[in-house]
Amino acid sequence: MNKTHQDIILPGRHTALLLAATLLVAGTAFAQDDETLTKQVELKEAPEASGEGYFDYPGMDEIPEGQFGEAVRSGMEAFVNTLQHPEAKRHVGNGQNCANCHLGGGMAANSAPLWGAWGIYPKYRGKNDHVNTMDERIRGCFTYSMNAGDSEAGGPPEPDSQLLKDMQSFMFWSARGAPLGENLPGRGYRSVEKPEDGYSISRGKSIYEAQCAVCHSGDGSGKFTADGKQIFPPLWGEKAFNWGAGMHRINTAAGFIKYNMPLGKANPVEKHAALSDQEAWDVAAYMNSHERPRDPRWEGDRTTTAEKWHDHECLFNHKAHGQILGEGTK
Amino acid sequence: MQRLHRLRTLPALLFLALAPVTTAASDLGEQLAQQGNDKGASACTTCHGADGGGNGPAGWPRLAGMNADHLVKQLNDMASGERDNATMNPIAKGLSAEERRAVSEYYAEMEAPTEAPGTDAAQSVVERGRAIAEQGLWRKGVPSCVACHGPGGDGVGADFPALSGQHASYIENQFTAWQDGDRQNDPNELMASVAKRLTEEEIKAVAAWFASQPARPSAE
Ligand code: HEC
Ligand code: HEC
Ligand code: HEC
Ligand code: HEC
Repeated sequence: MNKTHQDIILPGRHTALLLAATLLVAGTAFAQDDETLTKQVELKEAPEASGEGYFDYPGMDEIPEGQFGEAVRSGMEAFVNTLQHPEAKRHVGNGQNCANCHLGGGMAANSAPLWGAWGIYPKYRGKNDHVNTMDERIRGCFTYSMNAGDSEAGGPPEPDSQLLKDMQSFMFWSARGAPLGENLPGRGYRSVEKPEDGYSISRGKSIYEAQCAVCHSGDGSGKFTADGKQIFPPLWGEKAFNWGAGMHRINTAAGFIKYNMPLGKANPVEKHAALSDQEAWDVAAYMNSHERPRDPRWEGDRTTTAEKWHDHECLFNHKAHGQILGEGTK
Repeated sequence: MQRLHRLRTLPALLFLALAPVTTAASDLGEQLAQQGNDKGASACTTCHGADGGGNGPAGWPRLAGMNADHLVKQLNDMASGERDNATMNPIAKGLSAEERRAVSEYYAEMEAPTEAPGTDAAQSVVERGRAIAEQGLWRKGVPSCVACHGPGGDGVGADFPALSGQHASYIENQFTAWQDGDRQNDPNELMASVAKRLTEEEIKAVAAWFASQPARPSAE
C-alpha cells in the first residue's frame, strides 16, 4: 500500500485507503473529497406517493431457483443478519445489521428502501466530478454505519467481491420493474423540519427513557443474546454506528425516528408518526449527544476533523453531558 | 487453624440462615398454586395444569417457565383491571403483593413442558404464520413478532413475554382483548399498535405457528 496516498487522501485509516486506492486503480478522475465514499450523502426528499401507493416489490416466493436466486438469498441474509452472515460479518466492526436502519429487511417505504435506491445509481455528481456507484454506496455504509475499520477484515468488502455481488443481486431483485433514474415515492427517509426553537437534549433524554430505553437499553447499548445475536440494536457507544455515519446527523436521525420509531408504534409504510417533529428532534439530539466509534476520516484532532467533515447539523466537537464529543470510544 | 475452620463453615451457616426464607417463599408459591387461599384465589392448577402447561381448548395459558416479573405484572394489572378478564380478575385481586410474587417465582422456576402445545391448522397456515412471526407484514408496516419477542419468540426479559410454547387459543384471545380494549396494560401501547393491524386470518396463522413451537429458554 502506497504511503503517500494515505497521507494525501484520508490519513490514518486503512479502510478509506483501500477504497481510495481502488478508485485510483480504476482510473477515474479521482476526487479527494469524493462524496459517496467520504460522506454518507444526504438524500433529496422523495415525492409523495400517488393513489396507487408505493412501489410493489416482489415477495420472497418470487426468488428464482439457480445461481442468481442463491445470490439474492445470500445478499438478503447479509443485509438482514449481517452479524451472522459468514462473509459479511468479517466486515462489521460494531453490533449493527444493515436492516437496523432500513426497516422491513430493506423493503419498507420511508425507511430508505433498497428498491428505491437501486435505480438511482450510478449517479454523477457535479460537486465531485465523479460517477458514484452502488458498489461505493454499499462500501460507504460498511465503513461508517458498520464501522468496518474495527472489523476482522479491517475494512469494507473488496470491490467486485462475491459479497458485493450478492448484496447487489438482492437489491436488483427487489427493484424488478421499477423505473430507472427516478426518485420514487418512499425512497430515503422523510425530512422533518428543524423546529423553530431548535431542540433540547434534556427533553430528549426524558423521551428516550419513557419510549426507547425498554428496547435500546438505558445506556443506548441495545440488547444481545449470550452468543452475540442482536435483539435490539445499539444507538451509541462502541457497538453503534460511527461519527461518520449519516445517522449521526440530527436531521437525518429525526427523519428516520419520526416515522420508524418506537418500532411498531410508528409506521413508515403508512407514514404514521408516533412522535411530533419537536419530539423527534429532541430524542435524535439526545441519541447523538453521546460518544460513538471514531470518525474514520479523523484528521489528527477534533477541531480539524470538525472543520473538514462536520459542517452540518450534528454535535461533533460540541459539549454535551459535561464533555466535548468526537474523540470516539475506546 | 481454628480460624480457617470457622471461615469454611461460614457459607454453610449463611445457607442455613437463608434457607428457611427461600423455602418459605417457594412453599407459599406451591401452596397457592395447588390450594389457592381463602381470599378469592382458587387453586391455579385447576386451570393452568399440574405441570403449569395450561390448557389449549379452554384458553388457559402456560405459566411454567415464563418470566417471573412478567407474571407479577400481569397479576397486578389483572387485579387493577387494566387487563380485564372475568376469570382472572377476582383471582388476582384475592392475592396479596407477597403472594403474587411467590406464586410467580414458583411458576417461573418450574420447567416448561418439553412438548409443543400443537395445532390442528393446515401446514400451509402454519407456514404463513411462521413468515408473519419471522418477517412481519411490512407491506402494511407491521414488524415481525420476533423483533420484539426475541429470537424464536422465546421472550426478552420482563417486557416481552415468550410466545413459543404458548397455546394458540390464548394468543388469539389476547389479540381480541387488545382490539376490543379489554387489555390495555402493554408498555407505551407497543403491542396494541401491532394487534390492531392484524386480520383474523393473520392472527390465526401466527398463533398456530407459535403453538407448533416448544417452549425454549428466553434470549435474555
Ligand atoms: C446506522 C444506520 C444505518 C445502517 C446500519 C446502514 N445504513 Fe444504509 N443508510 C443510512 C442512512 C442514514 C442513509 C441515507 C438516507 C437518507 O439520507 O435519507 C443510508 C442510505 C443507504 C443507501 C442509499 C439509499 C438511497 O436511496 O440512495 C443504501 C444502498 C444503503 N444505505 C445500504 C446499506 C447497506 C448495504 C448497509 C449494511 C452494510 C447499510 N446501509 C447499513 C443508514 C444506515
Ligand atoms: C419495541 C422496541 C423498540 C422501541 C420501543 C424503540 N426501538 Fe428503535 N429499534 C428497534 C429495533 C428492533 C430496531 C432495528 C429494526 C430492524 O432491524 O428491523 C430499531 C432501530 C432503531 C434505530 C436505527 C439505528 C441503529 O443504530 O440501529 C434508531 C436510531 C432507533 N431505533 C431509535 C429509537 C428511538 C429514538 C426510540 C424511541 C423514540 C426507539 N428507537 C424505540 C426497536 C425499538
Ligand atoms: C378458573 C380458571 C383459572 C384459575 C383457577 C386460574 N387462572 Fe390464571 N388464567 C386463566 C385464564 C382464562 C387466563 C387468560 C386470561 C385472558 O385470556 O386474558 C389466565 C391468565 C393468567 C395469567 C396471565 C399469563 C400471561 O402470560 O399473561 C397469569 C399470570 C395467571 N393466570 C396466574 C394465575 C394464578 C397465579 C392462579 C392461581 C392463584 C390462576 N391464574 C388461577 C384462568 C385461570
Ligand atoms: C413492537 C413490539 C412488539 C411486536 C412487534 C409484537 N409484540 Fe407482542 N407484545 C409486546 C409487548 C410489549 C407485550 C407485553 C405486554 C404486557 O406487558 O402486558 C406483548 C405481549 C404479547 C402477548 C401476550 C403474552 C402474554 O403471555 O401475556 C401476545 C400473545 C403477543 N404479544 C403476541 C404477538 C404476536 C403474535 C406478534 C407478531 C404478530 C407480536 N406480539 C408482535 C410487544 C410486541
